Amino acid sequence: MAQGLVLRNGQAAPLSKVPILAAAEFRHAVLEAVGAGSRLSAFFGRRLASGGFGLLAVLADDTEGVLSLLGAQPTESYHALTPDCPQAHLFEREIFEQCAVIPSGHPWLKPVRFPPPSSAACGTMDFYRVEGEEVHEVAVGPVHAGVIEPGHFRFQCHGEVVQHLEISLGYQHRGVERALSGGPNRLSVHLAETLAGDTTVGHGWAYCQAVEALGRAEAPPRALALRAVALELERVANHIGDLGALAGDVGFLPTQSYCGRLRGDALNITAMLCGSRFGRNLLRPGGVAHDVDAQLVEEMSARLETLGREAASAVNLLWDSPSVTGRFEETGMVSLEDCRRLGLVGPAARACGLNLDVRRDLPFGIYRYAMIPVSSWHAGDVFGRAQVRWLEVQRSLQFVRELLGSLPGGFLRREVPKLRTEHVAVSLTEGWRGEICHVAVTDAEGRFSAYKVVDPSFHNWFGLALALRGQQISDFPLCNKSFDLSYCGFDL
Amino acid sequence: MRLSALHLPLALLCAPLLPGIINKVKAFFAGRTGPSVFQPYLDLLKLLQKGAVYSRTTTWVFRAGPIVALASTTAALVLLPLGGLPALLAFPGDLVLFAYVLALGRFFTVAAALDTGSAFEGMGASREVWFAALSEPALLLGLAAMAKQAGKLSLTSLYAALGPAVLLKPGGPALLLVAAALLIIFLAENSRIPFDDPNTHLELTMIHEVMVLDHSGPEFGLIQYAASLKLWALGALASGLLLPVRTGVPWLDLFAGFCGLFVVAMFTGVVESVMARLRLTRVSQLLAAAAAFSVLALMLVRSAP
Repeated sequence: MAQGLVLRNGQAAPLSKVPILAAAEFRHAVLEAVGAGSRLSAFFGRRLASGGFGLLAVLADDTEGVLSLLGAQPTESYHALTPDCPQAHLFEREIFEQCAVIPSGHPWLKPVRFPPPSSAACGTMDFYRVEGEEVHEVAVGPVHAGVIEPGHFRFQCHGEVVQHLEISLGYQHRGVERALSGGPNRLSVHLAETLAGDTTVGHGWAYCQAVEALGRAEAPPRALALRAVALELERVANHIGDLGALAGDVGFLPTQSYCGRLRGDALNITAMLCGSRFGRNLLRPGGVAHDVDAQLVEEMSARLETLGREAASAVNLLWDSPSVTGRFEETGMVSLEDCRRLGLVGPAARACGLNLDVRRDLPFGIYRYAMIPVSSWHAGDVFGRAQVRWLEVQRSLQFVRELLGSLPGGFLRREVPKLRTEHVAVSLTEGWRGEICHVAVTDAEGRFSAYKVVDPSFHNWFGLALALRGQQISDFPLCNKSFDLSYCGFDL
Repeated sequence: MRLSALHLPLALLCAPLLPGIINKVKAFFAGRTGPSVFQPYLDLLKLLQKGAVYSRTTTWVFRAGPIVALASTTAALVLLPLGGLPALLAFPGDLVLFAYVLALGRFFTVAAALDTGSAFEGMGASREVWFAALSEPALLLGLAAMAKQAGKLSLTSLYAALGPAVLLKPGGPALLLVAAALLIIFLAENSRIPFDDPNTHLELTMIHEVMVLDHSGPEFGLIQYAASLKLWALGALASGLLLPVRTGVPWLDLFAGFCGLFVVAMFTGVVESVMARLRLTRVSQLLAAAAAFSVLALMLVRSAP
């Protein structure tokens, strides 16, 4: 770890301080750090002003609570990390797709998002195939029966058992990262908020924090507290919605119906805060755009109280029904070892027993002063993921109620000065799906020369593919819902 | 004879009420108003007015599927009494024909599914056949146990005899096992929870529904209608045993038969409201349990003094 540039979450540093290593040294340093327990939070290539590409790896050390940045500037190709570090798998495919650099020796070098100039239509590639007379292939999507996003799933099945699942996404690629570079401008914060529509506050906060780091302007305490209220409400709404959908997928009506309504209640509380059920237009670089008064706080607290009570009665039906728990348990298992190697994040990782949470390990905003307990489970199955979500709902509701009771006073927003030039900032937040990582690099004019977004889904999609190994194909929808990953957050 | 002509038209007319009642009960449990019990009729009307789309890869088998399914279910209803109300046609051994006429409909539905060449439909067809192989013996052996106990070999005379005299003589209580088996078969064969989820949109989890994904318009209407007739047929088998009211007065027997069917429909709605569906691998275990119930009942009935 000593070799990298060490930053705290939400801190900026001059770009020149990022060590640029030779390809072999870079590989060695990253592997060593990952071997010592760090996670690859981001790993991407960016176009250099001098031409060519620079690789930048962001390693998160959860025990020390620091981030370490390493750079390399290989020409044409370098020895891929993936064979020794599976969590680099998708990152290197992305580098291969976006830069003229080939990670040689990558076991599965394929497109990630099929961006427009590429010749292949989205999803057109060689899929992994299992040979054999009794093996059959099932292709699902990209058009699905439900109201969900498009994605293609290719199953290799032996009877009802899935031997292998390959997931091909990219249908939602909008080029948001490219649109963000050249900023910040008036649009940037809105682009950040729509990186994944259901994670408005998570991504919005990560963006704001990156800009604040680069502009050296910390948001005032009241704004940080209100951001945390919105972030936790987002978590509550989505987790409740997921628990209801999980119930729906096993045909358990009572929880499904009530959670559908309760998710709406949670969204409505967010709307009281800023006028938008999804928390749009609340966050601004330097602070927040909306305040609450005592009366509103009182009403929100009362509604949260009701929400907590009703959610408990709806969700506890799940744990009290043997037909449901029997269905959830031992379905879609991911072992702790696999979870660690793949670098899973968020509830999916915590359900495997990996005790990590950006809010505690790399605290940001109000979480530096106010602690929220980390919820984890040991089993790594659908039940574990559902259980972690429910624990988080309860703890978030408790946290928001306490926070609303002790909101710091003062102003809401600080003006962000012009961004520092030739700097890099790393900003992590814990969205409801897990760790969100934004890396912003500024040019000589203080504009983003590169803006990298890593949605938790980017880490976790492969976890879903692995969870299906050896499972019944009929369990796929349930496993998929238990991860509930974002397509557009992945496709960007 | 005039009386025996009554059940078939009544079944053809009223069968779509059953899914309507099930949905109403489910809506009640979920705290919703829910669609009217007559909604299935409107759905059928809507589907009949639509055009159909056929895949270029399909043949006449695909088009024959829904028609044979409807014809075979109707044929099964011809043999079926409703409680004490006699069937249109009755002869010794018609219970075997009843089971296999239903199987014929299934065979064609499966063949039509395979005809599309779709991976989904092939998967559904394989599941359907897998579960049918388990539920068929359960049904036949259950009927055999009832036939032995009543000493009758046609469905009409068998169900007419199911009164206190038959049920209370030695061996009668064993028929409770048959009733349990019939209820399990009723839920499984009609793709209800806990075996299948009729409301799901997730193709990978479906058993029956995934086989008919490619049918559209009027043919899909025929499939829906045949499904409600099957619900009626198997519902009548179960309720005829569970509600053994045999007054001998045709109108009272008819009323009892109706009540029995509606109770079975409500029971289905309650089951679907309070429990989740089973893991696919457990479905076969429960069906095997139904078969075991039937075998046990047959043995008990045979060994009764």
